[in-house]
Amino acid sequence: MLEAKITVTHEAGLQARPAALFVQVANRFTSRIWITKGTKKVNAKSILGVMSLGVVQGDEVTITIDGEDEGTAMFTMKKLIISNFSDIPQNDNFG
Amino acid sequence: MNSVGIDEVAKVLDFEFVYRGDRTDIEVTTSDINRPGLQLAGFFDYFASERIQVLGKTEMTYLEGLKPEIRQDRLCQLLSYDIPCIIISRNMDIPEYLMDCAVRYNRPVFRSRQATTTLISRLTSYLSSALAPRITRHGVLVDVYGAGVFLIGESGIGKSETALELIKRGHRLVADDAVEIKKVAENRLIGEAPELIRHFMEIRGIGIIDIKAMYGVGAVINNKPLDIVIYMENWDNNKEYDRLGLIEEHIEILGVKLPKIVLPVRPGRNLAIIVEVAARNWRLKNMGYHAARELDERLNELIQSNRS
Repeated sequence: MLEAKITVTHEAGLQARPAALFVQVANRFTSRIWITKGTKKVNAKSILGVMSLGVVQGDEVTITIDGEDEGTAMFTMKKLIISNFSDIPQNDNFG
Repeated sequence: MNSVGIDEVAKVLDFEFVYRGDRTDIEVTTSDINRPGLQLAGFFDYFASERIQVLGKTEMTYLEGLKPEIRQDRLCQLLSYDIPCIIISRNMDIPEYLMDCAVRYNRPVFRSRQATTTLISRLTSYLSSALAPRITRHGVLVDVYGAGVFLIGESGIGKSETALELIKRGHRLVADDAVEIKKVAENRLIGEAPELIRHFMEIRGIGIIDIKAMYGVGAVINNKPLDIVIYMENWDNNKEYDRLGLIEEHIEILGVKLPKIVLPVRPGRNLAIIVEVAARNWRLKNMGYHAARELDERLNELIQSNRS
């Protein structure tokens, strides 16, 4: 199981397009992925769950990943947030 | 540990601020209340100072009858503890000697119009709910014939689609995707939707839909106790699924045991109907009728009569 803390710098936080992208990318992995803000921990593969956290710009979130492809998943998810959702991995890289 | 600020408590229960002080960080961490009768009599062993202190008519009259020096001494000792606040019931006047001590130790004093016992019972019930342990779980909570059915399973297994079919059949949605579960009593869990996404649903291929706008107010409900958990999983040919329903499986959420049904999913299986049946069956069992056991008994009777 991997865990990492990341600050969301995108101006829309984790709402609308960033949230959709985040969930889409999370769904490409077989590992179970969670995202935590404060005391609330939700499934990162569910758009409503992620949006219910109400993550805004500057919030720190924790990403927890557990499963076979956790290494790649963590690398990709972190890169996505750090690049302000501009670094979108191509679908075919993931089979 | 959960906590609730005293200003929030005062606002919800409509207390009057008599003296607030300047501390903004006071939090209540327990739903227990203390009436400091024994403390006013000078006994401070085992004093539950983390509780809200309620002064009723008895305590106030007792204070009134004490010698001023002793009274001053006891009150100051009481308020020197790190108590969250003092609440005076019955809208009684606050004597100066009490105010002096409150100001000296910077402890808030509130006043309520209610009688002491009513005040305490309202306060306890509000605090137990506000301080209840809580957790957010992935799944869909639906009210089916009055039973709170919590559908869980991997992403994409079809929980939301099943819930949508149930709503179409007249049942009510509580929360989709993320359910906030609160333990309000020893064996009672209440689920609700996080406020931001209340009454919304996500259907793959369509996107976000608003159930209340689409199906009307009768199709949603704000919160609901959890009664049964249905775990949806892909049909596994190598796995034995329950055929009789004599053995009951359970799942534990926040330490509360709930009946759990494992539902294998296969294309063409009408899950909404199966969920409806599960809810009806749960209600029957609750009323004392257990179909699997009933059949079992009939068979036993038949075997017995054949022997004799």
